[in-house]
Amino acid sequence: MTIDMSQFLQTFYEESFEGLEVMETGLLDLDIGAADTEEINTIFRAAHSIKGGSGTFGLNEVASFTHLMETLLDELRDGRRDVSQPVVDLLLHSVDCLREMLTANQNEEALDEERINELKAQLDATLKGDDSAVTAEATETVQEAGEAVASGWHIVFKPHPHLFQTGNDPLRILRELEELGTLNVNADISALPPFTEINPEESYLAWTMELLGNVERATLDDVFAWVEDDCDLEITPLAGPEKPAAEAPSPAALKQEGKADEAISGELVVERRKTDRRGGDRRGGERRKSGSDGGSIRVAIEKVDAVINLVGELVITQSMLSTLGENFDMGQLQKLRDGLGQLERNTRELQEDVMRMRMLPISFVFNRFPRLVHDLSNQLGKQVQLEMSGESTEVDKTVTEKLTDPLVHLVRNSMDHGIEPSVEERLAAGKPEVGTVWLNAYHKGGNIVIEVKDDGRGINAEKVLNIAIERGLVTPDAQLTPEQIYDLIFQPGFSTAEQVSDVSGRGVGMDVVRKNIQSLGGSIEIASEPGKGSCFTVRLPLTLAILDGQTVSVGDQSYIVPLISIVESIQIKRGRFRHVAGKGETFKLREQYIPVVRLSRVFNVAGATTEDEDALLVVVEAEGKQVALLVDDLHGQQQVVIKSMEANYQRVDGISGATILGDGTVALILDITGMVQLAKGQTEQSPPTGGEPEAA
Amino acid sequence: MNEIQTVEDESNVLATSAADQYLTFVLAGEEYGVDILRVQEIKGWDAVTPIPNTPEYMKGVINLRGAIVPIIDLRQRFGLDLLDYGPTTVMIILKVVGESKERIMGIVVDAVSEVYNIPTSELQPPPDFGGVVSVEFVRGLASVDDKMVIVLDIDHLLNSDELVVLDKASQSSGVEG
Repeated sequence: MTIDMSQFLQTFYEESFEGLEVMETGLLDLDIGAADTEEINTIFRAAHSIKGGSGTFGLNEVASFTHLMETLLDELRDGRRDVSQPVVDLLLHSVDCLREMLTANQNEEALDEERINELKAQLDATLKGDDSAVTAEATETVQEAGEAVASGWHIVFKPHPHLFQTGNDPLRILRELEELGTLNVNADISALPPFTEINPEESYLAWTMELLGNVERATLDDVFAWVEDDCDLEITPLAGPEKPAAEAPSPAALKQEGKADEAISGELVVERRKTDRRGGDRRGGERRKSGSDGGSIRVAIEKVDAVINLVGELVITQSMLSTLGENFDMGQLQKLRDGLGQLERNTRELQEDVMRMRMLPISFVFNRFPRLVHDLSNQLGKQVQLEMSGESTEVDKTVTEKLTDPLVHLVRNSMDHGIEPSVEERLAAGKPEVGTVWLNAYHKGGNIVIEVKDDGRGINAEKVLNIAIERGLVTPDAQLTPEQIYDLIFQPGFSTAEQVSDVSGRGVGMDVVRKNIQSLGGSIEIASEPGKGSCFTVRLPLTLAILDGQTVSVGDQSYIVPLISIVESIQIKRGRFRHVAGKGETFKLREQYIPVVRLSRVFNVAGATTEDEDALLVVVEAEGKQVALLVDDLHGQQQVVIKSMEANYQRVDGISGATILGDGTVALILDITGMVQLAKGQTEQSPPTGGEPEAA
Repeated sequence: MNEIQTVEDESNVLATSAADQYLTFVLAGEEYGVDILRVQEIKGWDAVTPIPNTPEYMKGVINLRGAIVPIIDLRQRFGLDLLDYGPTTVMIILKVVGESKERIMGIVVDAVSEVYNIPTSELQPPPDFGGVVSVEFVRGLASVDDKMVIVLDIDHLLNSDELVVLDKASQSSGVEG
């Protein structure tokens, strides 16, 4: 019976990536010098599962690579080797490499052989006990490598049936091999059909050989050079009796000698020329398969059970109501009301529970940060530790996906700009040597709040202001509060890094962060105390699928304004509108001029109120700018489910989506960012830079 | 009686190859046909939610079982005289296959007519009308019971201008953003 293994492949990849995360987390948690055996065990088990799985699925490269890691972990576990920083770093790099290999396999791309071989060599060298090889170049001599080949080779040679048609004769190869040394040959005749069915032009035999003698790999390759495409060939060095891995030549060493062709990474590496070749061909022919990756989430059983229970209740309520409906008379009105109430409760609970299924703990985002901080602190030469709290705070999957990049940027920013560059500077400020970056998440109202905090220098308001003036972002005589100055950091093209570094400071930083967060319907704030540190607070809605909306009417149309962007709604008094040089209208609100957008005009809606006194102004804010929308009336607030306009139509300017109201009709949701853009085009007069504290 | 007739009609319909079946509708006295497999639903005219700043023929969007579906007035799309929507006015909801994805769109027509079997071999290439309906939207002409049926290429019809607008929109938003 054959089983289609490919159906399990996706699961294998998912589990392997999870395993890699476990390994990574475990490695980062390891205490150098005094590691917890249980921790190492966890890492070991993860590696072992990946090895087993990849072997099953024929990913031999992955399996052999993991085997090396596993061997090293085994030594760590048994206490034969101390947990040292170089070893942990090497293992971390190996985890990265393994992840790349798996990704490459998943997308059917070619593997980065060079990187793999290099790491394999380092692992080999480490296993051999030469710790210095991890950092320093491996410096083995060819003589050592020679010893390894001296013991001989194990060769599995399976010609494909059409071998004869290519003009090759396996017998010639066997004869040539015989001349190289002592050759033990075992023929495999299992594929041989009954005599009457033999096609004399096809090859049915396979051979397993042991070639003893001092033979170089290149010589063997020469022998098989003509047939390597037409056979399955495995050439492995014969294992020596003692310290097998130690005797294997290191590819790095061989490369130094300019004999990269000979690169063999110990007895564990099985060369599968055929497979490699196929992988290479595919790269050219096929595009990545990632299009089929629809994404999946793991949901806790309890959540699914809760939904099933609720569906059960819903069915009961429904059948009760339909029974009631069959013989209805007015005497049963109370019963009907009760039933409808129950139905409403069921539906609401069901909605909540289904939404909860999409909720993931924020730790899915946070998990990558220990590694990021670890790598960055090495790269920056700063000692930084990461403290995380509130990892179990749940947030919608769509939000977690889009949250990662902005958070990475904020953490990098804190480490690069926030934490003092030198220990001396920290000590002088009376702070501990090791800097700290905090990541904290919690729920507040309908939002999730994420704080990225550091105990670094804080934001130098003066410096920020000077740069802003230099870049022409504000006028030199502008009087700004510290908050407004901090806000300048989010202006496009602003970067305080004196030296543009690899980590941050490409000048495309914080404005993109704020834009991304705002596109999720969230906001970001800065608090900073010079010399003490800074704190970036990100506020995001719990879900992107549902929005709290305010219904407004313009003429005969209703629109939904996202509640989060509404600052206030006001009735207009006569004469508060000003026209600015024929460009547009502004409205004076508490000594500040806000551009007015008449919805009826921009959307060409008929029947809107013409008298300004009857209309209402809804002041909304996006990208730190305020705009007043002129509408006829305000209606109720309600939660609406966001539907995409692009699914069947296209993006519409000023509209971010649509929703279905209680009566089944469609209402459009206003795109506040688009409205602000619109106002910008409509009037040159834009409010002063920065958000207004009173509006927040 | 009516019910029995419908059943008979349906069995007739099922007897022949579905690929050659067309739903026809009336628009300004002419009969037009669309591939019946593309028809999702036929609805009576109902209020739509207009979308601001879109072409006149774009009537708006409706809620079709939770999906937001745009509705296009075919008379206006073809530049024909306007006709007040009456009791026979219907929206035909169609599946449109575009370059990248399938979309659901609706067209408003004067009335639905019949279901005909028209073998592909009987489709004649359209002559140049020089106006009303651009030839590029017409897949062919067929004669059924001495009537002419204009078979429309809905993929082309409902993708052409809409897609152009789409490109403009995404470009301008790109510039702004």
